[in-house]
Amino acid sequence: MAWVHEMNEVSLSELLPGEKGTVERISHAAATVRQRLMEMGVVRGIQVQLIRFAPLGDPIEVRVGGYRLSLRRNEAQAVLVTKDVT
Amino acid sequence: MSTSTVESVRVRTIAIIGNPNSGKTTLFNALTRLRQKVGNYPGVTVEKKEGRITFHDGSEASLLDLPGTYSLTANSPDEKIATDILLGRTAHTTAPDSVICVVDASNLERNLYLVSQIIDSHLPVVVALNMIDIANSEGIKIDFNALQQQLGVPVIPTIASRKMGIDELKKTIETTPKSNGVVRKWSVPEVFARECDELIDLLKNYHKVSEPLAFHEALDLLTTQTPSPHQLDRFSYELMEHVKKDHRRLDFLGIDRQSVVIEARYKWINNVCAIAVTQTKHADMSLSDKIDRVLTHKVWGFVFFFALMTVIFQSIFTWAILPMELIGDGFDLLGQQITRVMPEGDLRDLIVNGALAGVAAVVTFLPQILFLFLFLGLLEDTGYMARAAFIMDRAMSKVGLHGKSFIPLLSSFACAIPGIMATRTIESPKDRLVTMLVAPLMSCSARLPIYTLMIAAFIPSTSLFGILSLPALTMLSMYLLGLTAALTMAWLLKKTLLKSAPPVFIMELPRYKLPSAKTILLKMWERARLFLREAGTIILGVSIVLWFLATYPRLENGTASEQINQSFAGRAGHLIEPLIRPLGFDWKIGIGLIGSILQREVFVSTMGTIYNIKNADEESGTLSLKEQMQNDKDPVTGKPTFTVLTAICLMVYYVLAMQCLSTVAVMRRETNGWKWPLFQFGYMTMLAYSVTFLVFRVGLWIGGGA
Repeated sequence: MAWVHEMNEVSLSELLPGEKGTVERISHAAATVRQRLMEMGVVRGIQVQLIRFAPLGDPIEVRVGGYRLSLRRNEAQAVLVTKDVT
Repeated sequence: MSTSTVESVRVRTIAIIGNPNSGKTTLFNALTRLRQKVGNYPGVTVEKKEGRITFHDGSEASLLDLPGTYSLTANSPDEKIATDILLGRTAHTTAPDSVICVVDASNLERNLYLVSQIIDSHLPVVVALNMIDIANSEGIKIDFNALQQQLGVPVIPTIASRKMGIDELKKTIETTPKSNGVVRKWSVPEVFARECDELIDLLKNYHKVSEPLAFHEALDLLTTQTPSPHQLDRFSYELMEHVKKDHRRLDFLGIDRQSVVIEARYKWINNVCAIAVTQTKHADMSLSDKIDRVLTHKVWGFVFFFALMTVIFQSIFTWAILPMELIGDGFDLLGQQITRVMPEGDLRDLIVNGALAGVAAVVTFLPQILFLFLFLGLLEDTGYMARAAFIMDRAMSKVGLHGKSFIPLLSSFACAIPGIMATRTIESPKDRLVTMLVAPLMSCSARLPIYTLMIAAFIPSTSLFGILSLPALTMLSMYLLGLTAALTMAWLLKKTLLKSAPPVFIMELPRYKLPSAKTILLKMWERARLFLREAGTIILGVSIVLWFLATYPRLENGTASEQINQSFAGRAGHLIEPLIRPLGFDWKIGIGLIGSILQREVFVSTMGTIYNIKNADEESGTLSLKEQMQNDKDPVTGKPTFTVLTAICLMVYYVLAMQCLSTVAVMRRETNGWKWPLFQFGYMTMLAYSVTFLVFRVGLWIGGGA
């Protein structure tokens, strides 16, 4: 099914637990959030994986390179990724 | 002035910096061997940790543990201090002579980002490649020589928790040259580099900015979206206009100014890692992951969380009470001894009832502070604290706060003092302030004696619907009232006075690890010491003033009750009676309120004095305080002074009012001034007054004037 949409750009907040994606860009919505995320390694080309949602549904836990990052869905929305087809 | 002033020979300073959770503090402890002192940076409440390091030749240097940071872009007061000190931007310190940059070997990419920024500062840097044992266990193999070659600065593998690599690290710092002299290896588009160089020249020639700092400032100026107050302050109008033009040109060329440098650094880091790091196996599920599957589970996560909190509170209440009573008894005994040895007179009274009482008031808080910081230390050091914030963030965001505000607020149920001290982990200054301002509304253990007395005396011990006992229900209502008030005030403050954007929640979830006893004990000791020193002095002074008010003018002969009635405090009680009449309180309660400004539970003992209860001296024949209060009648109207309604009103007042000078003192310390503690005292008193008034009126209306 996945081959149907090749340019599968979604926001990080739309991934499901276990799904991986490659960061395409971070929207300019909030400059400080963008700066912070990029400095913490969420840069173009890096692979991210959604690990889980917090028990109340927000925030989310994401694997970035070798570590785990948690962020609110609101902030994750600014991160656009292409879903990895497995 | 507590710092030593004699410093004829300037001591070499070495700064230690690194990402949070990189083992920085453990390394600091290992290097200084606990020869360290903790203070504050002037003007801000960021903790300053300084230690001594001795080299092989016997020479010494001062080691500065800078706050953990992911980058040199300051996002919080902590990070700003780290950056300013490192770059020598503060007025009172020069840049350090050399830098140890601690790096988590199991997460090299992100950690190297900070390293790359520090290398650019041209300061002599040694990289401590820490936690190599964990990296190895995760199948990460690092070629140290290759890494050193790529970075251009010395790299020393360490395992700080087992003191491995410490000697090599020391040797290397001793011999680092004055400047690292590394040529920048990451590259940006040529036009960006040109603007950058131009700006560096301007900064050096017209703003007297030194070379490495000029590079940092130029990057900051070029990449910023809106100039920071620091930039507008420091640089001329002409320069800022020049920067604006640069911005326009680069934007026009389609260069993403914010990401260009960050991406260039990460690109370089990727190359470095490709050469120096090999991943031999891919651990599919680490131990941390397995633990997190349970601890952040929808159901088990909450079960564990609340079970843990219950255990913590239960143990604070049961374990801390014993030492608190022992301390209380100890001070009583000491007072008796002094009474026996010293001749009777004002001086003896001052020492026993003024100074000693004040010291006792401070010291009795110690067991609670120590216990709470033991638990907070455990939560922090194991890595669970971040999970607690992760779990509770959604709920806290409803009132505009951050997940990290939850634990400090919860701690305040035991005592607001450690609660307020625990807010230091909150990055946004405004969110931290809101949390501190509402923390004392949570019903702390010092309110218990008042609740207990009032409930025992005036709330009938019947049960509702057969199962809920009315006294227990009353107690629970008081706790809920405090909680509701705290959350409402937090929401209100966030909407009005401390209006700010919803806090950014971007937080690392560190790997779980075994806690280090040394780290936790040190933290407990530091907190206890700070509290004793800062709160102690203020409270000692105030308790002597309160003693004076309750003792003078002297009555030649009369009972203690007559004495207090006649004293300044008693007169003040009478004086404020019209003010507290609308709350259903009389002058006796007025004296109690004034006396318990120092500490809430003093209310009970003041009432004892007023009703002439001498605890040990008289045995049978006298009525207990509870009964005395029940029987007391208003001399004018003949109605009882205390009714069920008065008791409820009094409890409500104590839930909401700031009757605790130790908290005020801690607030002054944590906010660096009198403005916020005074505001807090004011708003809480006003809130207590208006809510109590409302309760009293509604109660009268329901009860038909009883």
